[in-house]
Amino acid sequence: MNYSDASIGASTIAPFLSLEGVRKTYPGVVALDGFSMEVRPGEVIGLVGENGAGKSTLMKILGGVTTPDTGTIIVDGVAHDGLTVEASIGSGIAFVHQELNLFENLDVAANIFFGREPLRAGPLRLVDRARLRTLAAPLLKRVGANFSADTPVSALSLAQQQMVEIAKALSIEARLVILDEPTSSLPLAETDKLLDVIKALKAEGISVIFISHRLHEVERVADRVVVLRDGMLAGTLPKNAINHDQMVKLMIGRMLKEREKAAESARPPGAVALSAKAVRTSAYPDRPVDLGVRRGEILGLAGLVGSGRTELARVLFGIEKSLGGALQLDGTDLVLGSAADAVANGIFLVPEDRKLTGILLDLSIAQNISLPNLPAHARRSLVSARAEAVTAEKQKRNLGIKAPSVATRTGTLSGGNQQKVVLAKWLAMSPKVMILDEPTRGIDIGAKAEIYGLMRALADAGVAVLMISSDMEEVIGVSDRIAVMHEGQISGILDKEQFSQENVLLLAVGKQPK
Amino acid sequence: MSKKDLGLLILILVVGAVVAIINPRFLLPINLANTSNLIGLFGILAIGQAFVIITGGIELSVGSVVALLGVLFVDFIATRGMAWPVALPLILVLGGIIGLAHGWLITRLKLQPFVVTLCGLLIYRGVARFYTADGTAGFAFGQNFPELEFLTAGRSYGVPNSFIALIVIAIVMWVVLHRSVFGRYLYAIGKNEEAAKYSGIRTGRVVMAAYVICGVLTALSAIYFAMYTRSISPASHGQFYELYAIAAAVLGGFSLRGGEGSLIGVILGTVLLQELQNLVNLLGIPSSLNFAVMGGVILIGVLVDQQWGVYRERRLMLEATRRGTAGAAAE
Repeated sequence: MNYSDASIGASTIAPFLSLEGVRKTYPGVVALDGFSMEVRPGEVIGLVGENGAGKSTLMKILGGVTTPDTGTIIVDGVAHDGLTVEASIGSGIAFVHQELNLFENLDVAANIFFGREPLRAGPLRLVDRARLRTLAAPLLKRVGANFSADTPVSALSLAQQQMVEIAKALSIEARLVILDEPTSSLPLAETDKLLDVIKALKAEGISVIFISHRLHEVERVADRVVVLRDGMLAGTLPKNAINHDQMVKLMIGRMLKEREKAAESARPPGAVALSAKAVRTSAYPDRPVDLGVRRGEILGLAGLVGSGRTELARVLFGIEKSLGGALQLDGTDLVLGSAADAVANGIFLVPEDRKLTGILLDLSIAQNISLPNLPAHARRSLVSARAEAVTAEKQKRNLGIKAPSVATRTGTLSGGNQQKVVLAKWLAMSPKVMILDEPTRGIDIGAKAEIYGLMRALADAGVAVLMISSDMEEVIGVSDRIAVMHEGQISGILDKEQFSQENVLLLAVGKQPK
Repeated sequence: MSKKDLGLLILILVVGAVVAIINPRFLLPINLANTSNLIGLFGILAIGQAFVIITGGIELSVGSVVALLGVLFVDFIATRGMAWPVALPLILVLGGIIGLAHGWLITRLKLQPFVVTLCGLLIYRGVARFYTADGTAGFAFGQNFPELEFLTAGRSYGVPNSFIALIVIAIVMWVVLHRSVFGRYLYAIGKNEEAAKYSGIRTGRVVMAAYVICGVLTALSAIYFAMYTRSISPASHGQFYELYAIAAAVLGGFSLRGGEGSLIGVILGTVLLQELQNLVNLLGIPSSLNFAVMGGVILIGVLVDQQWGVYRERRLMLEATRRGTAGAAAE
């Protein structure tokens, strides 16, 4: 274990938190095995590891939701065998979760002080709204918020909502803020804002644990990186040793041969398969969008969250009605009344929210895969379980879906395998156009590489692939061309030789690329 | 047959045995025939309800529809002289239209099923009472429809034909619900309508079809009820029947959130409810306690089922630990 020699010099300051030999087992699984780490005041720890490495268990232990079997947790000099939720909050540990816990119908101030509202004098215990806002304002200033305390949360962007969560953490005088995948749904510019907030916390002497799959962000913000693998400390990287390849190496225990990147296109792209002509969507009803995706290419669609990318995808898939303009498929006009029409035309969507719209968690792998094409798995309208199993077995083999059998409930699978099931249901039919909205969000590195490989294979088979992604590395590493959206319109299309983070970013904020 | 259904069947047999021991009249052919007739009538109603509940919806207007269509059917054949082979399909079509209207309001205009069918409950009751000017609809003295009466209120080999009708309908609907493409769509929509839509299913049409099925089956049971009671006072006929149907489905393992339940379950639920009614009569329990007994049993049933689920989950966890294999993921 090399955590102690990670940053000699700073070790004179007592750590705010240290874990020693923490072990936690669940039925059949050792989630954490003799794990040790420490966090010093004002230090930003990047915590990385593949899904299943034990990060969530560690968070549950720190949050007091569960207690370790053995090991010691020392917070602020006091040793505990395990924390309770009250002890965790009381000692100044605050969480900002991936899924935000805000009340959308309340304003910012009410959210920050929820359950701890200042009250007016008198027996009615009325909330002192004016004081609520005066209390909230300085907190918002500390996180660099550009909105006021009486803004309704529903009007805020995701990054702004995260600022509210962090302000909430500050309001309980947090000394350690744990951010769990805070940037996974944030676009570029907003991510920058969040990273600035982390730096501001650090400057105030507040410690931060930053958990992320986006390694380049960890690189930018962390003072030290702690890598978890299979419940154990795989290694610690001091500031000067933090780089992408080192982190990946520790995470998976070997170097990835191909960096998470799809292979180069095997052939030049063909004719335009699906195109939107002056299509207007609910995101920006007065801004027409023109976009065409060609056979055999992966067209990356970048842009800030809220730039209208998801709405465009929904229109192309027939889920949302276009407010104007026209769609063309292979040069002929196409009218989509529903997703069923799109599916009938070979236009498939792998949606952004896997669990809500991608698959049915309660159905088996086979039932999910056959669902869009059920009549083909039926005789005289009666479903043939055997036909379903045949199709599913084939897809399970081709995509390498890891599951005991095709009868396994998809809800029990890992994120990466669930995403493969979503892909499998479309691959089992014959796609002409495949739209993927954030296809690798929350998926670990190994599965990511496989999904990129599948997308490339589809393109090479002549399918037009449209990939929406907020992950810069992904957009640049995978796409053949990149279209960038800005406030409802395509602000530019980059060819391979123009690819750079800078150019994508410039277009995303509406400026011209270099 | 699932374990849940099996548990319900055992409960029915145990309750039956206890009642039979206390009061042997329970097993008299006349009592069994009467009870199975009622099971037939309420069972048809409950199957229709089940198709709506599986989509995550609810149909509260069932009792009022039984009254309205019952009144219309009796009026058509008794006073307007319509031939019953014409009136019967006409009533079924009317039931289908009511279901279609509900389905349309729910899927196209996005109204909540509870609201739409609650309005239906009030409207159809009112229309039924207005239609007969609050009078009782019935047959004139000596008016007979031998074939119709045989099919609805008659018996074959001592078994009520209504019960036989239920068995036939149940078999057909079992195939539809558990084996057909349509049935799979119903379950998929009940579990997650958005995901079903994103899989290219025309969810609106499927849900509408469920309400139409419910409407047609309700119409059929309305005819059976009309021929069973032979006189209908529209102010009270069919009152609370929607609750019997919903109770049978819940007892049979249906979740009101949708996506869960089996056809055998809803039939067994109906059987248990009618058995309880019979029990109240036979054991000399004041009939005013009728509803209280039913409510109590449903509550206990749901509680046991839920606790059983918790227990089973815990046992699975323990088993996984003992085997030392990956049962639950660390994250």
